[in-house]
Amino acid sequence: MTVKVLDSVDISVAKGEFVSVIGKSGCGKSTLLYILSTMDTDFEGTLRIDGNDMRNLKDKQLASVRNDKIGFVFQFHYLLNEFSVIRNVMLPGLKLGKLKESDLEQKAYEKLKILGIETEARKKPNQISGGQKQRVAIARALINDPLLIMGDEPTGNLDKMNGEIVFDIFQELAQVYNQSLLIVTHDIDFANRTHRTIEMEDGRVL
Amino acid sequence: MNKLIVSISISLMIARLKQTLVAAIGVTFSITMFIALLSFMAGLNDLLDNLILNRTPHVRLYNEILPSKNQPVDIAKGTGSAYNFIRSIKPKNQPIEIRNSAAVIRALESDPRVLGVAPKTTVPVFYNVGMISLTGVVSGIDVDAETRLFTFSDYVVEGRPTDLKTVPNSIVLGIGAAEKMIAKIGDVVQVTNSTGQQFPLKVVGIFQSGIQDVDKVQSYASISTTQKLMGKSASYITDIQVKLHNLETAPKLAKEWSALFDVDAIDIQTANSQFETGSSVRTLISYAVGITLLIVAGFGIYNILNMMIYEKMDSIAILKATGFSGSDVNKVFIYIALSIGIFGGTLGLLCGLGGTYFISQIPFSTASLPTVKTYPVNYNPIFYVIGGVFSIVTTYLAGYFPSKKASKIDPVEIIRGK
Repeated sequence: MTVKVLDSVDISVAKGEFVSVIGKSGCGKSTLLYILSTMDTDFEGTLRIDGNDMRNLKDKQLASVRNDKIGFVFQFHYLLNEFSVIRNVMLPGLKLGKLKESDLEQKAYEKLKILGIETEARKKPNQISGGQKQRVAIARALINDPLLIMGDEPTGNLDKMNGEIVFDIFQELAQVYNQSLLIVTHDIDFANRTHRTIEMEDGRVL
Repeated sequence: MNKLIVSISISLMIARLKQTLVAAIGVTFSITMFIALLSFMAGLNDLLDNLILNRTPHVRLYNEILPSKNQPVDIAKGTGSAYNFIRSIKPKNQPIEIRNSAAVIRALESDPRVLGVAPKTTVPVFYNVGMISLTGVVSGIDVDAETRLFTFSDYVVEGRPTDLKTVPNSIVLGIGAAEKMIAKIGDVVQVTNSTGQQFPLKVVGIFQSGIQDVDKVQSYASISTTQKLMGKSASYITDIQVKLHNLETAPKLAKEWSALFDVDAIDIQTANSQFETGSSVRTLISYAVGITLLIVAGFGIYNILNMMIYEKMDSIAILKATGFSGSDVNKVFIYIALSIGIFGGTLGLLCGLGGTYFISQIPFSTASLPTVKTYPVNYNPIFYVIGGVFSIVTTYLAGYFPSKKASKIDPVEIIRGK
């Protein structure tokens, strides 16, 4: 038996737009996000990223789309404790393999600098604070200069102050670097300050 | 690209160094045991086989004393309603010497399949000790050929076997016979032949085969000495022993020569079938034990990888979310398994070599094996090849299923499950 989680959803995000998605728990906003990120492939309809249809792509091709065009920030940081902070940031870039390792390290360092945590670059993730970890996760999402950054309640696990810092970073990315962002959140304050808010209820966009 | 996968594998292994080492040591231990066990078993097999097989000709030509298979009465065809039954047929008085032995030996020696030929003349005798006569057998041999083909000199524990050639009327006594006669080197013993004639023979050596019953009766002399004992001419040879280049061809050649030279011929496989059976069963058992050890080690690796994947579920999920494909994740864990296998296996091969050397140094002396001072081993390189290949194959298989599982992890499930 299949249950329809999302119905008649038709949205698009333009370049440089900072969009938030809000809605009650279980309304399907996270599901929407994972479908848009290509991780969840079990849907009917059309998904275009950068004008390309994502349907009928193989697992490996989807992985490379995620690697190249999408940056993801989760509620939890998901850093690998085996690697240093800078190495964690570099991992998706190493996978992409467009830059030499030394150049990539330079780039990762710059991304950390944007987020104000370049001093922690050589530490292991378990040696830095929760707020810093989330910023490292954002730097990791930025490393391949993605078309779109998606966030699944990226401030959900953070206190007010760190949440503010993360929001400011997102806003700076959108305004200064013309970065597109699509962020799922529970936080109405957060949503009200974005360019556009998509409200969802029972799998539909209101 | 692959460098990245390798570096991830290495980081995961370092993060779980203790478990990784335990898994590798499991492989090392099993490969070590596999190599040491097989080397030792093969060494023992060689020793036991050599005890009999090395001293046994691959093909022996001789004349069997048997009644003629074709009785004259068989020529007459019956009326159809009558049959011939002849009972108590006796063999006719036919010499047991091989006819035209010199020509047969020359023909065999020029055969390219033949490694060497050693003629032999066996004479039943009595050893005279005072009033008592002990039964015995004197084999007349060509000392050089016998040493070259059947390592005769290895079993002469006292004296020099070559003296048989140079000292006229000399004998090498079996150790059991020598003890009974209280004969030492340089003594003269009396030997009586089947017609009652007595000969004095000088003892030039003591012989120990390792088989006590043989040592009590068997003695060796030169061919000419035995011919004198028999009162026969210089062409009198009862056995021709042939050693071949390829032992497997013995049954075929035995048949061929039997027909060609009109003599009886027996091959080593027929004469000693039980030894081959014993050897192959022992080899089979040691392979079974060795492979069992490796499979157990494989389960260890399987467990550790499974646990590692369970622990690293989040890491796998995020790798996949950030663009690593299933096959990349699969490779990470396969590399880990193979590293464990190659590292543990290489160490195991070295330890196996060391263990085998250690076994070969353990003193082992037994009266029945005069030439053996330590445990026998066999440094056959094929064991190392099998061990090496098998360590990689088992670890690959042990890593295959956990890796497959890791590659199938759905990042959405892990990430949303939090």
